[in-house]
Formats: sequence, C-alpha cells, structure tokens
Amino acid sequence: MQMPEPDQRVIARRDAISAALRAAVPDAVIDDPAETRAYECDALAAYRCPPLAVVLPASTAEVAAILRICHAEGVPVVPRGAGTSLAGGSMPTADAVVIGLARMTEVLEISTDDRLIRVQTGRTNLSVSGAVDGLGFFYAPDPSSQLACAIGGNIGMNSGGAHCLKYGVTTNNLLGVTMVLMDGSIVELGGPMGEAAGLDLLGVVCGSEGQLGIVTEATLRILPKPSGARPLLVAFDSSEVAGACVADIIRAGILPVAIEFMDRPCIRATEEFAKAGYPDCEALLIIEVEGTAPEIDEQLALIRAIAMRHAPIEFRESRSEAESARIWLGRKSAFGAMGQINDYMCLDGTIPVSALPKVLARIADMSAEAGLGVANVFHAGDGNMHPLILYNANKPGDLERCEALGADILRLCVEVGGCLTGEHGVGIEKRDLMGVQFAPVDLEAQMQVKDVFDPRWLLNAAKVFPLDASASRREGRPNAA
Amino acid sequence: MQPETELALADIIRKARAPLSIIGGGTRLRPGEGQADRLRTTALRGITLYEPEALILVVRAGTPLADVQAALKAEGQMLGFEPDARPGSTIGGVVAANASGPRRVQVGACRDALIGVRFVTGDGQIVKNGGRVMKNVTGYDLSKLMAGSRGTLGVLTELSFRTTPIAPVSQTLSLPGLDATAAIAALTSALTGPYEISGAAWLPGHGAILRLEGLERSVSIRRKALSARLAEFGELTEGDPQAWLLLHPNIHSDGDLWRIICRPGEAPALIASLPHVVAVDWGGALIHALVPAGTQPALPKFSGHATRISGDTQVILPAPDPVTARLNAELQGRFDPRAILQGAG
Repeated sequence: MQMPEPDQRVIARRDAISAALRAAVPDAVIDDPAETRAYECDALAAYRCPPLAVVLPASTAEVAAILRICHAEGVPVVPRGAGTSLAGGSMPTADAVVIGLARMTEVLEISTDDRLIRVQTGRTNLSVSGAVDGLGFFYAPDPSSQLACAIGGNIGMNSGGAHCLKYGVTTNNLLGVTMVLMDGSIVELGGPMGEAAGLDLLGVVCGSEGQLGIVTEATLRILPKPSGARPLLVAFDSSEVAGACVADIIRAGILPVAIEFMDRPCIRATEEFAKAGYPDCEALLIIEVEGTAPEIDEQLALIRAIAMRHAPIEFRESRSEAESARIWLGRKSAFGAMGQINDYMCLDGTIPVSALPKVLARIADMSAEAGLGVANVFHAGDGNMHPLILYNANKPGDLERCEALGADILRLCVEVGGCLTGEHGVGIEKRDLMGVQFAPVDLEAQMQVKDVFDPRWLLNAAKVFPLDASASRREGRPNAA
Repeated sequence: MQPETELALADIIRKARAPLSIIGGGTRLRPGEGQADRLRTTALRGITLYEPEALILVVRAGTPLADVQAALKAEGQMLGFEPDARPGSTIGGVVAANASGPRRVQVGACRDALIGVRFVTGDGQIVKNGGRVMKNVTGYDLSKLMAGSRGTLGVLTELSFRTTPIAPVSQTLSLPGLDATAAIAALTSALTGPYEISGAAWLPGHGAILRLEGLERSVSIRRKALSARLAEFGELTEGDPQAWLLLHPNIHSDGDLWRIICRPGEAPALIASLPHVVAVDWGGALIHALVPAGTQPALPKFSGHATRISGDTQVILPAPDPVTARLNAELQGRFDPRAILQGAG
C-alpha cells in the first residue's frame, strides 16, 4: 500500500507542535512513541504507521483549538472514532496528528417527542440505542461492529447494517451535526428533519470519510421500538434459486427488516465454529420481520408461500426467543468463524440484486482460477456482498494473490452496475480502484467539494481519492507557518 | 432551448455567455427564479431502467412526474416520499426542489430515495455520482448535495431512485375536532408509538389526520391500538384520503406563503405567533402559513428555518451563519464558476 511521503518539515517540528497542543489541551496529548503505537492502524491491521501525536479532546471547543494549531502549523490530521474502520479510514501517516473521539461519549439531549437524540460523536452506536431503550426507542443503523464503533465513524463512513433494508443507513437517520472545519471554525449542519436552508451540506458530509471536517456532535433520529421481531431460515440447493426467492419477496411488496444470505463455504465454516444447527445446503436465507405477533404471522405466511414456490430443502420459522437466537447465531458468527479457520480478506462490493446469480457463478470461477477459497455472506435485500477470500498470511505471495483476486471481484461488481463499497468505505483499501467506478471528471467534482471545506487538504487527505488524482492538491499545500 | 441529449445540453451550457434559468415543468418556482433565458430539460425524457424486484428506477430528468408515477403504479410501486403531482411537473424538478410529501415522516425525503445522479455542471462537465444500488459509500454522496440545490450546482440529466412497494391497505384516520396546536400533541403521541404511521398532519376542516398502511390484518391491529392511545384526544374516525393532496398549499392566495421547518415540540409556539396557518405536516415539523404580503412574521427562537416561497423575493429566517453561507457560495462557485446557472424548480 503506497502512502505519500511524510512532510519532513512537520516531523522536524514535532516537539514544538506537541508543546502547542499540550498548552491548548493539557492531559489530552499522547506523543510517547510507545503509546502512539496503539493508534498506528485501525481494523485494517495489514497497514500500519505510528502518528506524530494523538490528541483525545473532550469537547467541540477543544477540537477547534487543536485544529487551529494544526492548521497554523500545516500538520495533516487524521480523525478517529473507535478505530474499527475496515478500509483503513483512520490509518495515520508519520506526519499526522490523530484526533480521537474516545473521550467524547456524552448524551447531550434526548427528546422522544421530537424523536431525536443528540450525542457527542465518540459514543458507541449500541450505547446510543442503550440511552433510549428504557423509553421505548432505538437508533436504527446497526453495523456489525455496533458494540465498539463510534457514531463519528458511522457518520464518516455512512455505515449501514443488517436492518437497513427497512430503516436506511446512517445518512437516512442523521438530522444534524456540529462540525469543526480544518481552520477551527465551528458549523452546525442539518436541522429539524435533517433539512437546512440552502444546500444539503449534511448529506455530503455523511460518508465523506473524515475529509471535510471533524464531527463532534450529532443529532440522530430515534424510532419507537417495534413490538417484536422474528426470523426465519430457508435453505436451498442452489444460490440461483435463493436469489430468485429474494427477488420474489421484494417484488411481492413485502419489506422485511433484514434478508441475509450465506453460501455453502460460509455455512460450513460457521457450523464448525458456532454449531447453530444450519442445514447442509448450497445457500440459505435468514429473513426477519417485525411487528406484533399477529402482524408477524401475517408477514411470515406470505413469505412462506413465496418460498415454497422455490422448493426449499428446509423452511424453519422461529417459535421462541431461543430459536431466534440460534437462527441469528451462525450469521453473526460468520466473520469470527472464518477467522478461526483461516486468514481472510473481507470485500464489500454492492451489486444490483438482479445480477446475483451471474456474480456468484463468476466469483466461483475466479476463486478456482486463483486457487483461493471464497465464502459469501451478504445483505441480500440490498445487494451488499461480503465475499471473504481465504489465504495464508504466512505463505509468501498469498496476500498479493488475495489482493489481486479481491480487486478483480470488485471490478466485476462495478461491471454489472454495482459499486466498490456498500458500507465499509474507500479509505486506503479501495482508493486505487476508484478509477474503475469513476471517470476523472467525476472524481474532480468530488475533490472540488473537499477544496471548499478543506482548501489545504490537511484532513485525512491520502484516503478515498487515488494518490495520483489528488497529488497536485496535496502537494500544493503552503509551507508550515 | 430544449436540448434532446445530455451532450447537446452540455454544449449549450459550455457556449452560454449569459445566465440560464434551468426549467423542468416550471411548477415549483420560487420568488426570483426562472427570470433568465430558459433552458428546458423536458426533451430529456424516458425511463432508462426499472427493476421492480430490486426496487430500483433510473429515469431521465425531464420525464413528467405523472409518467414516472404511472409506470411505478403499474408494478405496484411508488416514489415513497410522495411528491405532489402538479400538472407538468418533471422528475428533475422534484429532485431539484427535494419535493417531499406526507410520507416523509416514515420513509424520508426525496434525497433519501435518490441513490444516483448524472448532471452537467456550470462549466459544461458531465458528472455522475452514486448509481443504481441502494447501498453505496464509494466516494462523496453528491446526490444528496444535488437534491434541493434548485439547479444552482448543475443541470440534472438522469436520476436513480429506490422505489417503495404500495401497501395493500391504506387507511386515513382523523380527529376532526382539533385545532393545529392540539393536533400536534395528538400526532406526537401517535408518532412516538409502534404504529408505523405513514402520514401525520393537520388541515383546517379536517383536524388531525393520520395514515396507516400495510397488510390488512396488521393495519387493523395497529388502528385499534392507536385508537386507544389517542382516546384522550377524541374518537379516531375514518378520514378523507383526498386530504393528503391538500397539504401542498396553493400559492395563489392572499398574502405571502411561508414554509417553516421546526422540531415538532417547537411548533405550538410558532403557530401561536403566526397570523394564519394553512397546513401542518410531518407531525408538526412542517408548517405552511400565510403572512400579509411583503411583511415578515415575528417568530420565536427555534431550531429550524422559515422561507418565504411566494411574493417578490425569497427570504430565509434566520439568515444562514457566515460559515455555512461561505460553504454554500463557494460550492456554487466551484460547480458553476461562470455563474451561468440560475436556479429553478
């Protein structure tokens, strides 16, 4: 993974920069090389680089003070939520100050009448729901990392989750933010219903991977908790038939909260690991519906009728909490299970649902050609695939073959009308594939937005855009003051 | 000017030496818009891709909204955000105005259903963003930025949407006796329970109106529970489904029409300060009011904004803060450096 050369002028001023930061936010600066190592990577652990320093502010005002210093010194800044990015979104460079949100976890306001909660953005996703659980509400976007990941990171990556088929992703549940721009100015974006006068700046900030500003507070839409939820499991002897079943369910106007798909290699691995009691089959779907018990029955009956037309080899409807937990157990253990048996790389391409059978067949061929196994688990309702490529990290050349196969699979996703990433983000991981999906003029339009928010390209600048596309902007930075 | 292809449209913009007003059907114009030479998008029409089983529609910007709605209806689907079907309205105009109707309380605004755009910038570049899949975090989400930008950043040429199934049963219910302030309390009570309300509004003559949609048995269960929840506000009776169409106020009225976005909890104080409220939607978050022509209402402090959408000039209260104003202006400058694009809806 190529990263830009660190700015030696910044590195030479390390002590002065640290001192200035410490004067502004005492007790919040980490610059001991032994301690900054903890911030050298995020969940994409294959790439590492300790930062110049780490700052853990406690308020918007402190973030503004830090950014003013970095701006004046020309220091690159890398924002970090909880460090769970799978795309290297918060991987630092040696000349960068990491601003971590870990201390900013407060709930600032809850209004059930207005259906919103306002939090500091270091708060974890799950604990946002936790704060309103007793009031009968929840926060809908549910990335798999929700126990650990921070709302600030969710906003940076526009995170989704298994239940976004019905409730949408972060951008659909975000009403407003307080954000600090690189020059230290503080701005409020969004408003009631997420709508401001003028341009939808909130809409472009969500998913901008920490490149436009540091989001310190967020107003999130909360929803009344449904009366209940129940999953069912349907097993098929071909992926194609499972795909057709998904299409028929959606075509019938039923919108379950989740439709998850696992293929045989994935089922086999999770069975060995979690022993959820999944059937021996080529493909299985886990479908969850919500409501009161009679409402759930009504929806499940319709889904059963559709599934039966596709001759499933097993149809299992949960009848108890324990059965529901068992049905979800395998799906939720899938990534851990794969990690037990092998090193793997998790892809995140999205495809039109109609292309599913073709894409699965092509991936199987490509996997055989490359000599690397691929297991598939994904959000079938919205076409977000997570092919897991198995490789041996200790075997020379395996990682490179794995990366090449991953890139080929993502190219295939774009070729059939999909995209490179559905929920993990571009980060450094898919940065150099952006040209597959976008023409130079498309990337230029996006970079113009960054020019406006961060004219000196100091914020997380080596991410998202291919290095050669952003080079003139990054290198055009004026010298440190 | 009415180009028939995206390339021709880009050519016109590149060669333009004076400002152009971008016009779809011209049905959502605000004060001051549409004054320059008109560049019409209405020849760029037709659905380019529709996959009902994937809930995806791709359509050219000049396509009449009515055509889009008819094509979707034929497959049992709709634009969930429920834009009002003004005669002549185009889908591009809907997006440029981020026009969203009552169902916004449940499924979000136009910008939430918009998953991809193609547009021509003010310097004639053809740009695409997003695509035809509903989950996509590849690069910046310029689709959201384009939605509601009223033609000031670029001319939309093609849009991709996530579509929504039409529910088998739809029931409009009303609490006819309530005034606007009492209605907001009732709507709030309804929206804070697990009833999956798909419309929550107030209209003079109709009182509070609520909508339940879904499978038959499910709607009937939720209706019973909702009636019990709202008993303190009166008896929930069968309402008029046509009432939802009346929530988009006629701008040809006496006085200036103002559109106010607020938190529902702030709505009662705002309503008390306004001379004449015409409609309340989105559970209290959207207020339309008439104010004597040329005057500005004295509004209490609130967290949203008020826009005058009829009369001589557009007015926004409170005025955007300087940083936001700079970001807005500079983005416009980047996408339209020669100031060729004069917005429209």
